[in-house]
Amino acid sequence: MKLVKNAVGRLVPTNVNGQKQIPFKGVGKYKPKGKKAAPPIRSCADYPADGNKVVKNLKEALKKAGLKDGMTISTHHHLRNGDALTNYLFDTIKAMGVKNIRWFPSASFPVHKHLIKYLEDGTIHHIEGSMNGPLGRFTSEGKMRGTGVLRSHGGRWQAIQDGEVHIDIAVIAAPTADPFGNATGDRGPSACGLLGFALADSIYADNVIVATDNLVPFPCIPWQIQGNNVDYVVEVDSLGDPAKIVSGTTQVTKSPDRLLIAEYIAQFFEDAGIMKDGFSFQAGAGGINLAFAVYLRERMKKKGIKARFIRGGSTKYLVEMLEEGLTDFILDGQTFDLEGVRSMRENPNHVNTSPFTSYNYHGKGNFASMVDAAVLGATEVDINFNGNVVTHSDGYLLHGIGGWQNALFAKTTILAVPSFRDRIPVIVDEVTTLVGPGELIDVIVTERGIAINPRRKDLIKATKNSSLPIRPIEEIYEEVNKICGGKPAKPKVNKNKVVAIIKWVDGTVIDSVYQVEQ
Amino acid sequence: MNKVTAGKRDAKVRSDCYIELERKNSGGIKLDLKSKVSVMYGNDIKNTIHEMCRFFGLKHAGIYIEDSGALPSTIMARFELAVKRLFPEIEKEYLPDFNPANDYKTKKNRLRRSRLYLPGNEPKFFPNAGLHKPDGIILDLEDSVSPLEKDAARLLVRNSLRAIDFYGAERMVRINQLPRGLDDLQYVVPHNVHVILIPKCESADDVKLVENKVNEIKKQFNIKRNIYFMPIIESALGVIKAYEIATASKNNCALAIGLEDYTADIGTQRTNEGKESFFARSMLVNAAKAAGIQPIDTVFSDVTDMEGLRKSVIEAKALGFEGKGCIHPRQIKVVHEAFAPAEEEIEKAKKIIDAFKEAKKKGLGVVSLGSKMIDPPVVKRAERVMELVKSMKN
Repeated sequence: MKLVKNAVGRLVPTNVNGQKQIPFKGVGKYKPKGKKAAPPIRSCADYPADGNKVVKNLKEALKKAGLKDGMTISTHHHLRNGDALTNYLFDTIKAMGVKNIRWFPSASFPVHKHLIKYLEDGTIHHIEGSMNGPLGRFTSEGKMRGTGVLRSHGGRWQAIQDGEVHIDIAVIAAPTADPFGNATGDRGPSACGLLGFALADSIYADNVIVATDNLVPFPCIPWQIQGNNVDYVVEVDSLGDPAKIVSGTTQVTKSPDRLLIAEYIAQFFEDAGIMKDGFSFQAGAGGINLAFAVYLRERMKKKGIKARFIRGGSTKYLVEMLEEGLTDFILDGQTFDLEGVRSMRENPNHVNTSPFTSYNYHGKGNFASMVDAAVLGATEVDINFNGNVVTHSDGYLLHGIGGWQNALFAKTTILAVPSFRDRIPVIVDEVTTLVGPGELIDVIVTERGIAINPRRKDLIKATKNSSLPIRPIEEIYEEVNKICGGKPAKPKVNKNKVVAIIKWVDGTVIDSVYQVEQ
Repeated sequence: MNKVTAGKRDAKVRSDCYIELERKNSGGIKLDLKSKVSVMYGNDIKNTIHEMCRFFGLKHAGIYIEDSGALPSTIMARFELAVKRLFPEIEKEYLPDFNPANDYKTKKNRLRRSRLYLPGNEPKFFPNAGLHKPDGIILDLEDSVSPLEKDAARLLVRNSLRAIDFYGAERMVRINQLPRGLDDLQYVVPHNVHVILIPKCESADDVKLVENKVNEIKKQFNIKRNIYFMPIIESALGVIKAYEIATASKNNCALAIGLEDYTADIGTQRTNEGKESFFARSMLVNAAKAAGIQPIDTVFSDVTDMEGLRKSVIEAKALGFEGKGCIHPRQIKVVHEAFAPAEEEIEKAKKIIDAFKEAKKKGLGVVSLGSKMIDPPVVKRAERVMELVKSMKN
């Protein structure tokens, strides 16, 4: 495999799974020309006039869609760790004797470790999406036939619309659908909130199958997925385990150290002047992020400040802020708990968004860059503010990118991380895998202090008189090394064997993940 | 005994390690390490263990380690424990380097509003404890350590006093109830402990026993710094003898009350209103004040009830207490806020101090504010208020 050095000095392959790759050229530097991809033209004459597209079962739908060896099949992670459909889908594909599938999920979860046997027996050739937990371990050990490709949520849309990934069959899990294929995620026994991650697939795939465990008579309102894009509808007994699809309630972290980080971030919002009338922010559902929202809410109430919109990952904490009038809107990318699902269903100001509106870099703008501040996590951050979210310091690939790369485009990007986990330093000299370039990462908040990127002179000036423990990142780095007993050794990896590549939001390759030597 | 174990393991254990050590007569040192951080620090851990084997003269042994991310000083404490459990005759100590950041002093009358209890055998709580800015941290060898792990906690507390940075918090250790507590002292006195908490104190003799032992060790290690004592009164007898205890040593810096044991001792239940302990608490405040040291209140045990905690501190402050025990880092901020002087109190203190300075400048013997004469204790109280304000800003 030929590797070249890209604009951030990382070695990346120029050809992966037989597809030519463009090395990362810098933020905002690569601008492809030409037309977007398009799905084939279809005729109503080939679809039932009464709108009933229900077929007997998934196997039948796959057969009608022309499933064959080497195809690209897409699935979506709305059902998160409760997803039973994807596993059932590949059981079916295996039973049909089809091989070498490129699986193109929007994300994977530990529940998908069921698929390892299909990676082993060649039913699945490789994964393009995320390789979480057990799948990541499998990939890191060099056991996958092809090379993994990791993309952000926005990068996934970009790859589909730019024609980088052509989906043969999209299988969309729909918590509620009608026989025409209109589908929604905000109701039904397996309700998950919204179906935004499947939207691109429904528009661009050759064949679209909607699978539901809650078939309702036409029309299914609202239609987050439009039946006019759908080929077949399949009824299944159950899409998965509702308890694992959304949590009943999301809990704020109890860790005093993480709460301290959350408190620092809320104070930073106020001291740096981010928290002002009409502002906006993005917060995920990680323990620190939830707690941050709780502390920010207290500060907003005290100062009588109101946000224009919050981007989520919604949870009951954001919903409460919406209902208390602390924000005009929630622009929601995915719903993490039952309160989030309820609010999205009932409150018109709780708006469902997709990776197209929020994140797609090859569009005429997106919401992510309009957000005043985003609070994100990371597995590692280095002294040049580069961030890693996919591998751990031992070299193992264990997480997907999610919307992380896309959210880095916020006006101020804040990474909330403990400075070390047990004895594992999080602030390092050089990230194991470079997923986000330091020029987009503005503030690192740890329990041992807050580091502001020297590029952000405005933030440094604004917080000059703050009581927050603002320190150079090198100082935190040194302190952590001292606590952990010296600089951590780097993992032993096979530099000749790239097991996965990391795509940047524009489709270029920003870094490689190597096989871990055991 | 041919095989011993030390430390902890299970899915929930973090920042600790489990060690099995087996006596062998040949074959050298056989080390089997499973570590969460083997990539980053595996070699480092192995080097430490081999060095310690040489130090203790261990030539042949089977060693199995399951490490869940223990810091170096923890690994050293656990392995020393295993060695000493297998060879009780070994007396020498393997000490981690003394962290230069830990070489700070304390003062007898420093602020002691909050003191955070850290169970002495739970290393995961140590490295971040100081970040929550308690006035003091207490490494506890007593009630939070199971009787079977007392030896483990001693070594861990000793190593942590040397290696872990508590970021300026006063460094306290609660020793075991006497007489066992006397044997704890050699593990803490040589390692810059600031304050020894003496639990279940019932007489001046208890304090004197500790003082004598401390002095003995200080002499042996040529330690010049003062080590202070905070007797904890936890019984009816202790309450009656509060003044005798408070004045037992010139190095007493505070007198604390422990209400769980006290209420049990007088045969009643602890309530939030605290009527049952009013006498004891007042008695303790009086004894401490009469002895010129700080009265310190008990802990508030419901870590989720911040409002209850706030009320309890305000009540303690009204009774005359100057500090409160904390069992969770989140309590610290609330305690500090509740002990903070009110706005008008601060304003008044400023005026008094200004008047005092003015009078001093003019060489006046008598300080007055408006038409009122100000006595020295009033000035002292005002200074105390301003000190509090200053420390709150830090």
